[in-house]
Amino acid sequence: MMTHPLEDIHANEVNLPIRRKRFRFFRLLCSDRRSLVGLCLFSLFLLVAVLAPVIAPYNPLSTNFAMNLPPSYAHWFGTTATGQDIFSQFIYGTRTTLTVGMGAGLLATLIGLAFGVTAGYIGGWVDTVLNFVTNIFLVLPSLALLIVIESMVHNTTPWINGLIIGFTGWAWGARVFRAQTMSLRNREFVTAARLSGASTLRVMAAEIIPNMTSVIASNIIFACLGAILAESGLAFLGLESVNSVSWGTMLYWAQAGGALLNGAWYWIVPPGLGIALVGLSLVLMNFSIDQLTNPRLRKQGGKRREQSTARSRN
Amino acid sequence: MKYVLSRLSFFIVSVWAAVTINFVLPRMMPGNPADAMFAKFQNNLTPQAMTALKLEFGFSNQPLIVQYFDYLKGLITLHWGLSFTYYPTPTKTVIAHSLPWTIGLVGITTLISVFLGTGLGILIAWRRGGALDNTLPIVSLFFQAAPYMWTGLLLLYFLSFKLGWFPLAHGYALSVQPSWSISFILSVLKHAILPGITIFLGSFSGWLIGMRNNMILTLGEDYVVFAEAKGVRPSRLMLMYAARNAILPQITSFAIAIGNVVSGSILTEVVFSYPGIGAQLQAAVLQQDYPLIQAAFLMIALSVLLANLLVDLLYSRLDPRVRAGGATV
Repeated sequence: MMTHPLEDIHANEVNLPIRRKRFRFFRLLCSDRRSLVGLCLFSLFLLVAVLAPVIAPYNPLSTNFAMNLPPSYAHWFGTTATGQDIFSQFIYGTRTTLTVGMGAGLLATLIGLAFGVTAGYIGGWVDTVLNFVTNIFLVLPSLALLIVIESMVHNTTPWINGLIIGFTGWAWGARVFRAQTMSLRNREFVTAARLSGASTLRVMAAEIIPNMTSVIASNIIFACLGAILAESGLAFLGLESVNSVSWGTMLYWAQAGGALLNGAWYWIVPPGLGIALVGLSLVLMNFSIDQLTNPRLRKQGGKRREQSTARSRN
Repeated sequence: MKYVLSRLSFFIVSVWAAVTINFVLPRMMPGNPADAMFAKFQNNLTPQAMTALKLEFGFSNQPLIVQYFDYLKGLITLHWGLSFTYYPTPTKTVIAHSLPWTIGLVGITTLISVFLGTGLGILIAWRRGGALDNTLPIVSLFFQAAPYMWTGLLLLYFLSFKLGWFPLAHGYALSVQPSWSISFILSVLKHAILPGITIFLGSFSGWLIGMRNNMILTLGEDYVVFAEAKGVRPSRLMLMYAARNAILPQITSFAIAIGNVVSGSILTEVVFSYPGIGAQLQAAVLQQDYPLIQAAFLMIALSVLLANLLVDLLYSRLDPRVRAGGATV
């Protein structure tokens, strides 16, 4: 393949700032206390998910134990109404919930990118059609739509649920990416790439998408959070195979198994707390991404704020 | 005027899309849920009634396009079929009994959430870096990340089971008759507090942090700096100069917010056995009551779309640029 001289020039020009930007992102992630806490918390859950078989003391589905035991040394989080070890369920549930959430979040972001960047870059009637579909998916209440779909595919595994969530939850990303693409479309380096004969697909993949990494990262975070909440919501409503071990199914069984009546708070607290902490770790990491996209949130300059800012950061 | 027309036409087309999704989904799914749905009725209905019911839903041996128009006709003429669970009650009656509960609960909670979140957002942005600014966003984010059903279950366990402050379930006490009497209204309010708090906690964060960030951006604008240099009173600067403009983007994020709140309300209603449309939808799914599922989805979608339309129209009243057709949303 012949490379056009212009292409080389602009490639150098564009790649340099990206690399610096990426570096800045990690530095920012570590310099902001909130984001650092988020990163650590998230890594911890990731570690638990990977090492689940090592950490969990028992088989999560084994019903060999006494029922409704409160937390003790043998059963850190107690046992369920059918005599399952809640701690082991929590550990394995981390694995399911994180995998499904992250998978669905990534899928939704990819679909959103395909829709948003195509619509924003090509424009014209393509934009009109894609943007219209996006807006429809944006306003339709997502959980209600998911419930209706689930009512027709029975007893789904968490993985199928993740797919369905990914395929229905991409609209917000598509809208953001479209707006971002439209603002990049007429920049010099994009025009240069186009004039040098780069195909439409190449301009979108190599010029536009690498220049909106912070927006993409932020979208992945919220798509993952949304997917985790959607998956656990569906599981709680009993719309996921009740034999799977996820945080949502744990909550389903806790309610179905009379955890409230038996005073088994230790059955209810862990799965929800897990979801909340994973979600919190995600949004904490987003704080530094926000500052990257929106420098004014970072810059402490301006009146009024000066007195208080010096001590608030670092 | 152009703006209003474009919003109106989007509303109509999105309602059409929701209706069409309702038509397409059962025909697209593996295992033909339509057959399963009619199999459910088999014991209850005479063959003639069965055929009539199928026609009502547009299921016939005719080509899809004819089925589609039959289905649309059925919808518009309000022939929404009979609920299987509450046979032979029409689904529209079931919906009419449950929808007001959800609209009341979600509507009032959302209003409180918007006002409190926006107000506190203005305040913490003004005192940026203060104690409240360092804690409130994080706490609110925790509850946003926490699933609605979990918050609901915990509130129910500690405040209702342990302390007995609030009722355990339902929309009102069984001892009072539904009427416009004081005792009934009090009972309804008492039953709505915990579900309301659950939805509030789940939705508050978006308004708070959204407003805070808008405020910070607006406070950096030159005209605000100039106004302060000119000696405008701080309270006037905060409310009339900065907040007034920072509030506009809040309204545009309503579309995404209301969808989340409605999703959360479905989960909350299930936890509290609240007589709303979300709990009804969940019960219908477990009973495989397809006519009710379809009607409930349609009404939820319609309510959300209508709420969006109203907010869009309100937005055009508040932002003169939109009315003039200058800015696109």
